[in-house]
Amino acid sequence: MSSGRLRTRIALGVLLVVLLIAPLYLQEFWLRTGFAVAAAAVGAIGLNLLVGTTGQLSLAHAFFLAVGAVTYAYVSGKPGGIATQVDGLGWPPLIGMVLGVLVAGLAGVLFSPVAARLRGIYLGVASLGLVFIGQHLLNTWTAVTGGFNGRTTPKFSLFGFQFSDSHPPLYVLNVEYGESERLWYLGLALTVGAYVIARNLLRSRPGRALQTLRDSEVAAAVMGVNVQGYKARVFLVSSMYAGLAGVLYALSIGSIAPESFALDLSILYLAMIVLGGLGSVTGAVLGAAFVSALPLVFQQYADSLPLVSEPGQGGMTAGQAARLLYGAAIIAVVLFEPAGLVGLGRRFRRTGRQPAARPSDPSPSNAPAQGSST
Amino acid sequence: MTQFLSLLLNGLSLGAIYALIALGFAIIFKASEVVNFCHGSMLLFGAYVIARASDTMSFWLAVILGIAATAGLGLLIERVLINRLRGAPVISLAIATIGVDVLLATELTRRIGSDIPNVPHPWGADNFRLGDIGISTNRAVAMLVAAVLIAVFFATFKYSSWGVAMRAAAEDGETAALMGIRLGRVSATAWVVGGALAAVAGLFLVGAPTPGVSPNLNAIALRAFPAAILGGLDSTGGALVGGLIIGVAESMASGYQDQLLFLGRGFGDVVPYVVMLAVLLVRPSGLFGTRELTRV
Repeated sequence: MSSGRLRTRIALGVLLVVLLIAPLYLQEFWLRTGFAVAAAAVGAIGLNLLVGTTGQLSLAHAFFLAVGAVTYAYVSGKPGGIATQVDGLGWPPLIGMVLGVLVAGLAGVLFSPVAARLRGIYLGVASLGLVFIGQHLLNTWTAVTGGFNGRTTPKFSLFGFQFSDSHPPLYVLNVEYGESERLWYLGLALTVGAYVIARNLLRSRPGRALQTLRDSEVAAAVMGVNVQGYKARVFLVSSMYAGLAGVLYALSIGSIAPESFALDLSILYLAMIVLGGLGSVTGAVLGAAFVSALPLVFQQYADSLPLVSEPGQGGMTAGQAARLLYGAAIIAVVLFEPAGLVGLGRRFRRTGRQPAARPSDPSPSNAPAQGSST
Repeated sequence: MTQFLSLLLNGLSLGAIYALIALGFAIIFKASEVVNFCHGSMLLFGAYVIARASDTMSFWLAVILGIAATAGLGLLIERVLINRLRGAPVISLAIATIGVDVLLATELTRRIGSDIPNVPHPWGADNFRLGDIGISTNRAVAMLVAAVLIAVFFATFKYSSWGVAMRAAAEDGETAALMGIRLGRVSATAWVVGGALAAVAGLFLVGAPTPGVSPNLNAIALRAFPAAILGGLDSTGGALVGGLIIGVAESMASGYQDQLLFLGRGFGDVVPYVVMLAVLLVRPSGLFGTRELTRV
């Protein structure tokens, strides 16, 4: 193991420890933000496998998130409701989460006959269609989705241990572990799992096949890669990631409503992976942290920021300010640093060391997004 | 029968507007290989400029200003962004336009706020009757204007030197460049034309029967994407046919909503996407798109 990789591992270990003890010190706002980031990170890793690694532009991510979230709410939710009557199976939340992932994967498989045949940009627009069809279903399939007003997300629990403020009450080093502390760990565990799986996938044979697909479908086919098969499978994996992200997202915002899963969400996810760095798992996580935390932080510190004001006061709302910022960031990244935040970091490290004779990072996940025009 | 004919006519008029949008979308793709995801925002921009300008000046001046502004916006995007990214993968280009879309849509939505500015069309919001069939005057004018514009466009595309240059550039950019065709200029012109067409479409989309300039316009304009795709992205004729198909399908689905109730209320809004997916399942390059052949 080279010293560079060793250093990276030590840094990752330290980061993990910091994240593990963070709930002892952080305020609830930051813990909530952390959980939102975790949800986004899982989804962004999945989308990056599809868009960054395999080169299949998809705007349908919001749809698959919705599938996961709705499945979870339906399977684990209880029948009832205040304004609109909803059904629910009331099964344990863990089963709801697993089913959410599986059903989202199934939706991906059902879409793959279209997806695997379409090339690049056709897929991008076709996948746009899924989002609108999803919106229609969310609005009209009231018994399952709660319709226009949505339904509340059932709280998560694991074998009787509830991720809520009590049941059982929990104190660690005299700090009360409430809902946000518990969800923090849930998000952390799932993000780490999603990260490791994606890293391993990329370093395996299928991972290399996917990257060959991105660079040239013809070359991939000549080398014996089953093009349609791999496209269909990467769609499956990516939508399963999206399903899990959808469940976490629903837990994070507390309810599911059609407007939470509109086209905006797909674009948000695209922004995450572009900003973080296309094709890089670490980049996806960084991008997710940046894009999903930005509006929340703006909201929290609206008073001390120039230009930003409360809604209805004529100025910019926190959400709008964040959107303008990441919209500009997308353009800047495409123009100046196609490898995103990861590329920026790499550039920084490279200037620190002696100029490397060869591309020094052996990980297969850092492919340039540009320059591979075929 | 009357209902059917009336829905058909309304669908065709809506389709004509979609065709204008889809046409702009298609030529931009042809000339610069960019799938322009900010087309809807450009349209919203055009409509917004027309609405705001008509507060202070006459309607026709406002329209000219709006069209010029949107064409200028197209030119700006092309010069600042697309021109610098020539040779980048199609996906990077598409993502860059998504960035522009985020900026434009956010800023326009913020400016529009909760009030919906109206455009004072001189032909008003009346209906126009052809026997038993009714259609709003706005849509009738839209159909006429779209027909003229599309005819002019196709003639230009076929006979003018710009049209020849553009077709050559789309066929094989490198060879065209070697023949002395200035690709940058072709692409810039396409963006100008695309922007102008979008502004014209926007002018009619904000008239009866749809309300004024609302941020929702972006989503309506987005329905021209399936039109362009199902016709075949690189086919201008396909954009026209696709637009008409989408318009008629949407109008029918909304008109026969009661018979289609099992599909849920508001199904008309998603019909364009359902039609598109169905077509793509059979023909992955759209109805008139060139199939990509790969040789090794």
